Formats: sequence, C-alpha cells, structure tokens
Amino acid sequence: MAMKLRAPGWYRATLYIGLGVAFALALIVVARLGYGLDPVVDVRSWLLVSLLAVPLFFLGGLGAFDTWFHWASGRPTRPDDHSQHGATSWRSYFAINTDHKVIGIQYVAPSFTFMFIGGAVAMLMRAELAQPGSQLVDGQTFNGLFSVHAALLIFLFIIPVFAGLANYVLPLMIGAPDMAFPRLNALSFWMLPVAGVMMVSSFLVGPFASGWTAYAPLSTTQPVGQMFFTIGVQFAGASSIATALNFLVTIITMRAPGMSFFRMPLLVWANFSTSLLVVIATPFIAASQFFVLLDYALGFNFFQAGANGDVLMYQHVFWFYSHPAVYIMMLPGFGIVSEIIAVKSRKPIFGYRMMAFSLLAIVVLGFTVWAHHMFTSGMQDWIRIPMMVTTAIIAVPTGIKIFSWLATLWRGVLHVDTPMLFALGFLTMFTLGGISGVALAMLPFVIHVSDSYFIVAHLHYVLFGGSLFTVYAGVYYWFPKMTGRMYDETLGRLHFWVTFVAFNITFAPMHLIGVQGMPRRVSDYAEQFANWNLIISLASFVLGLSTLVFVYNMVSSWVGGPRAPANPWRALTLEWQVSSPPPIFNFDAVPTVVGGPYEYGVPGAVHGVFKDGGAEVPPSKPTTPSVAQ
Amino acid sequence: MAQESRGGGRRPLMQMAVIAVVASVLGVALGLVIDWFPSQASTQASTIDTLYDVIIIVSVPIFFLVTGVIGFCVWRFRVRPGEEDEDGPPIHGNTKLEIVWTTVPAIMLVALCTYAFVALRDIEEAQADEQRIQVIAQQYDWSFEYPNPMGGEPIRTEELYLVKDEPVLFDITSLDVIHSFWVPDFRMKRDAVPGLTTQLRVTPDRLGTYPIVCAELCGLGHAFMRQNANVLSRRDFDAWMAEQAEGAGGAGAPASEDEEEGGEAAAQESDG
Repeated sequence: MAMKLRAPGWYRATLYIGLGVAFALALIVVARLGYGLDPVVDVRSWLLVSLLAVPLFFLGGLGAFDTWFHWASGRPTRPDDHSQHGATSWRSYFAINTDHKVIGIQYVAPSFTFMFIGGAVAMLMRAELAQPGSQLVDGQTFNGLFSVHAALLIFLFIIPVFAGLANYVLPLMIGAPDMAFPRLNALSFWMLPVAGVMMVSSFLVGPFASGWTAYAPLSTTQPVGQMFFTIGVQFAGASSIATALNFLVTIITMRAPGMSFFRMPLLVWANFSTSLLVVIATPFIAASQFFVLLDYALGFNFFQAGANGDVLMYQHVFWFYSHPAVYIMMLPGFGIVSEIIAVKSRKPIFGYRMMAFSLLAIVVLGFTVWAHHMFTSGMQDWIRIPMMVTTAIIAVPTGIKIFSWLATLWRGVLHVDTPMLFALGFLTMFTLGGISGVALAMLPFVIHVSDSYFIVAHLHYVLFGGSLFTVYAGVYYWFPKMTGRMYDETLGRLHFWVTFVAFNITFAPMHLIGVQGMPRRVSDYAEQFANWNLIISLASFVLGLSTLVFVYNMVSSWVGGPRAPANPWRALTLEWQVSSPPPIFNFDAVPTVVGGPYEYGVPGAVHGVFKDGGAEVPPSKPTTPSVAQ
Repeated sequence: MAQESRGGGRRPLMQMAVIAVVASVLGVALGLVIDWFPSQASTQASTIDTLYDVIIIVSVPIFFLVTGVIGFCVWRFRVRPGEEDEDGPPIHGNTKLEIVWTTVPAIMLVALCTYAFVALRDIEEAQADEQRIQVIAQQYDWSFEYPNPMGGEPIRTEELYLVKDEPVLFDITSLDVIHSFWVPDFRMKRDAVPGLTTQLRVTPDRLGTYPIVCAELCGLGHAFMRQNANVLSRRDFDAWMAEQAEGAGGAGAPASEDEEEGGEAAAQESDG
C-alpha cells in the first residue's frame, strides 16, 4: 500500500487531494490569524484556496511533475525508458502518458463527454423555453444552465477537441516522432478534466450564472458558484497556452527533411495560426478572471464603480481574448476541411498559398475587432467606426477560403461520404453564419439586435454549423487512422442528415425572433414568440438525439468495425503513409518530403518518400505512395 | 481524358449561373417578404429597416452562389461507377480569379460600411429641443425621471411616457450591475453601466404602448425586467405631466423605491 501511495497514479493523487485541502486550510488559518480575523476558519475562503490548490496537488499526485521535480532536486537524471509511451490497455488512457497519439485520444473522448453534458443542459434549457412563463427552473438556475452550457462547449469541447485531433495527426503530418515537449503535452491534457470537473461540480453549490462572458460587476457579486467558472477557466486557459506553445515549437523545429513551410498540409498551417492566437490572446482571459477573483474574494474593487473601479475595462480585457477565441475555435476547422475537400475531390487545394496567407491575415485582423462585442456598451463612440470596418474586412480572408474550397470542388471527382458531407455542410452553414456576421458588423443594425436571439442564431451557425461540423468531419475522417477500424458509413450519413436538418430548424428561426425583439439569456419571453420557441425546442430535442447515432457508431465501430487499411482515402499526406493505427514512434524510417501535400491528379506525384534500408526511393517512381511497415 | 467528358468548357458554368441567379432572386424575394421587424415606432426604425433590406439584397445572392456551386458540384462531379480510382484535373490556382474574389468582396464591404456609417450619423444626430429623460436601471426594474415643470423634485415614474414626433435624449445609468435599455419598436438600445452615464437618442413617431426590455444579463430577474413605453400626443402628455407634478412629493414614486431597495437587499442576502 505504501508503495502504491508513493508511486505516481490515482492512489497518490487521492492522497495529494487530501494534502491540498489541508494545505488550503493551513494557509487561510495562518493568514486570518495574522490579520486578526474572526472566525479563524472561513469556509468560503477555504473553498476558494482549495479550488486553486487541489488541482495542482492532484496533478502532482498523478505524476505530471515527477520528472521535472526529480531533475530540479539535483538527483542524477534517469534516461527516459519510454515506459510512458504508447497505450497497452484502456488503463493507459487514465494515466500520465507522453505519447501524442494517446494524448490525442485522451483529449477527444473527454471533450465529447463534456459536449454531451453541455448538450443535455441545452435540452433542459429548451424544455424550459418551450412555453412562455416559468415551468421547470427558476431564473437563477436557468441563468446557470446557459452559463454552464456555453462554458463547457467553448472551453471543454471545441477548443480542446481541436487540440486533440491536431495532437494526434499533426506530428504524423509533418513527419515527427512526437510533439516537441511530450511531458508538457501530458500536463496540458490533464489540466482539462480538472477544469471540466470543476465547472460541472458548480451544480453542487448552485451553478455560476453570469454567462460565459461573466461580465463584472454581476460576476463579482454572484453566489460562490461563480468561482467554479473563474478558477476553472484558469486551468483550461493554462492548458491551451501550453499546448499552443508545444504546437508552435513542434511545427517550427520538427518538420521532416524537405517539409518546407509551403509544403505543409493546411491543417498544420491552421494550427500554426491558431497557436499564435492562443499564445498571444489567452493570457488576457486569464487576467480578466483573476481580476474577478481578486474583486470577489479580496475586495480589490477593479470593477466596482463606487470605489473608482472601471466597469467597461472588464469587457475590453475579456473580448481581447474572446474575439480571437472565435478564430481559435474556427481556424483548426478550416484546416480539417481543407484536408477533406482536397482528398475527397481528388484535386489540389485551389490557391494553396492564398489559403495559408488568409489564415495569417485572420490572425492579424482577429486582434483588431474585439470592440464589436461592445457596440452598445457605452464605450467611446468613435471606437465603433474603425471596429465596424475591420469586422467587415475580416470577411475578405474568410471569403478567400470559401471561394478557394468551391474552386477545389469544381471539376473534381467528388466522393460524397460522411466526412465530405460534414465538410460541405460546414461550407453552407458557415457561409450563412459569416453573412449574418457581416450584417452584425453594420452598426445601426447591431444597435437593434445586439443581445437578442439574432446573436444566438449567428453564434450557433458559426460554432455549431461551423466548428462542430468540422469536428464531426475530422473525427470521421481520421477515425480509421486513430482506431484502426472503419466506421459505419450508413450510420454516418444518417447522423449527418438528421443533424443538418434539425440544426437548421432549431437555429434558423432564431434570426427572426431576435429581429422581432426577443432578448437572449431569458427564461421567460413575451407571448408573441411562443410558437417559434415551441418549434425550436422540438427540433433541438431531435438534434440532441442525433448525437446518439454518432456515439453508437463510434463505440460499436471501435469495438467491432472492419479493420482499416493504412490509407483508405488514397490521401497523400504523411499520416496516411503509416499503418492504422500508426507504430509507437510513428515512422520506422524518417520520411523525406519531395512535393506539395495535395498533388492529386498529377501523374506519379508523391508528397513524402521513405528511406528503405538506406536506399532512397526515387521520387518519380512510385505511383502508389510507399507504405512503412 | 475522363475529365473532359465530366464537363469542361463553358456549359456547366452557364448552367450553374442560371441556377444561382434564379435561387438568388427567389431568396431575396423571400427575405424581403418576411415580416422581420416589430412596428416602426421611431424615425430611427425606418433607417435601420432599410439598411437591413439592403443587407439582404447584397448577402442572399452570395449565400445562394456558394450553396449553388456546392449543390451543382455534388450533382455534376460526383464520382460515377468506374471512376473510383480517378483524380480530378490538377488545377493549382488562378491568380486572376483569386484577385477578383479578394477585391470584389472588399469593395462591397467598404461600400456597405460607408452606407452604415451614414445611416449611423443619421440615427444618432442631435436634434433641436430634445427632451432629456433620466433612465435609472437596477435589479430588476427601470425607473424614469423627468424634470419637474413646477420646479422642485424631479418626477419619477415606472412607465416611460414620450411625446410623438418630439426628440428625446436619454441619460442612462445603473445603480448596481450592467443592464441594457432596449425598445425593439424604436430599434435603439444602450447599456446602463454603473459609474457611467450613457446616452441614447430616439424620436418616437407612432402613438402606442411598446415593451421596454433589458437586453444585458443582470441576474436572476433579468427575464422579467420588462416595462412599457407609452407614446402620447403632446396634449395627453401635458395632461399626464400636470397630474404627476401635482402628485410629486406625495406617494407615487418613492413608495416603489422602498420596494426596490427591499428587493435589492434580498438579492444581496442570497449572495451569502
């Protein structure tokens, strides 16, 4: 037993959680004694310090810091025996693991778990909204439901699921054996369930209820449940930043020989751009939530108007992250769709360089539009004009991408299977979301519809019809590579069509009721909106049920689907040139990249070649890409 | 080559164009026929509604262009039996085309922004003889303060009363958290921010009673923070104002203020 408590793992983690709680108690007792406060033990402060300290103790117990502590303490370093690499059974997914392929799956599976929780919460909301008046929940609980819904789906689903997919395929795509910092990668992942469990467990004390935006001073005067968001976001944010740094270093330093920047697949470009956004922007949301924490717990009064605080400051800091976050939640999807559309149309990406540059243009412009979330906030009037122009102009690089995808489809040989259906569904729905986005840049119009259901419609067209459709597309596309099994195509198509139809019936009418004057974030509404809300609620239940088809398909195919070949899609990118699933260190021989990633239709074209027993395969010869293993 | 038989030349482009134009015309017609807005009860409303119609006319064809191309490609270029192992033609790009679809949208967007800017100037323009009304927001109701025509304490009410065709300048504040003052029938909205006085201009031009909605999440009673704005003729307004001025200093407004403070204290208690 003593051995188990000393070795990294769940036993030690449990012990350390207890130590963390004790540490928090000791800290507040000492501090309160020092200030002469009575009583010496204050349960609320104990809880707050525990929320900060226990996750760190937990990660330590699990073994996330072991190697670094060992090294820092000056003991002789142990050569890495790769015992933390690769998965041997399902248990490997519940331990610290440094294999990017294991971590990728570790990211994706819990992300979807949080998506189902967030979706279930949304259905509860729609049940309340099916009729005007209050039926199921009171005002505060309802506010809690949409706050948890948004927080989970943004911070624990869309952002991490993209990080997970990229974690799996990105090192393979650039011909690297792993990520640049495998231990940091493991730590990044394990901070996520911490954040997710914290946000979900806010239901135990009354969920945080000031929206995912947590505007001060509402958030600084809420019940204690608010802190489960404020502190949870810190862990999700730290995880994002560490992962982004890891991607940047991996992409810059670990590309295979011959993989120049302009031979990288667009998914790699997309994650490069996303990581730049994350590294620059995410510290701002961390700051905004630390301000809220200090206001709430220690009376710093950053945002208390009565104490010389500045209320609008919160929104500026918050949106300086949260607008770029919209692109953090979209650019990786652009990458996924670029891969799928090229492979499934059997054509090179149209205008590859412009596709890459438009990503970078979005990164730069993405930092110049944040105040369009504040057009009616009462900030200085003049700021609105340049922000309107930049907000409209950011549609230009996005438009370049959409038109280039269309041109890629043109005269191709289209294989319209499940990943392609979701990619095309994304194209149409994201175009609609982009168009309503341009409408929302137009100041006079947004003065009317800001904070109305029109916004709810717009953001779901962008994040559901946009991001989630690309996530589904990516999961189906790489499912054979990740699991070594094929998914069921019929169920995949069923999933797409039910999702697509129910999604539109759910969210399209929201444009209309928003323009007609229904505000967002309300549990009750005027009688005139009753019919539309009932239709929306019914459609949203169908949308919720459609995910069951997806879950059944994924689970049953992973357990008993037919074996997947190495390259079922006849794709050129490197991840398809190794077995499914790939060998433990990805490549038995280091690939050499000799051409672009999307040379479909070019006779004899190949993206990478593998040195075979020292003799290089001549780039011109293979018509079918050579396969390692 | 197989690609030739799958539709080179101009024919597919023509077919595509016809489908996209027909769909766009129908889509724009539908977009304009839908009764999007609540009633137009201010001079600002018609400016904003016209802008929205322009946005629909510009953007619906773009949507149908994109969906039209996708639908057409799926119909026309879908893999047919015997083509499973074929590839499309290796077209890597077309600089002219790429310049066109970068510059044309950019020009359209700048034009749209210019129009929006002019419309914004129009709806926010200061008018002569604006009536100033204080809007005070707190969890979870609105109150309105008018200067007292007889001098003395301002007149405080729970419902908003305005005069048809006379411009109003609202000075908006909040006593606790952020709220947002929105009258959908006027199309205008501005946040009420603690510590700031924000301003909003409206010229109501239609008699009637219209809902006032809080548009910024302000706590557990946010959904129920709805009151009414009444647009009266000058004569009715004067009669109402005289009545208020007589009653000022009496019961009316202060009683409801006590009630609000009770509500606020209760809300703070629940904060623990």
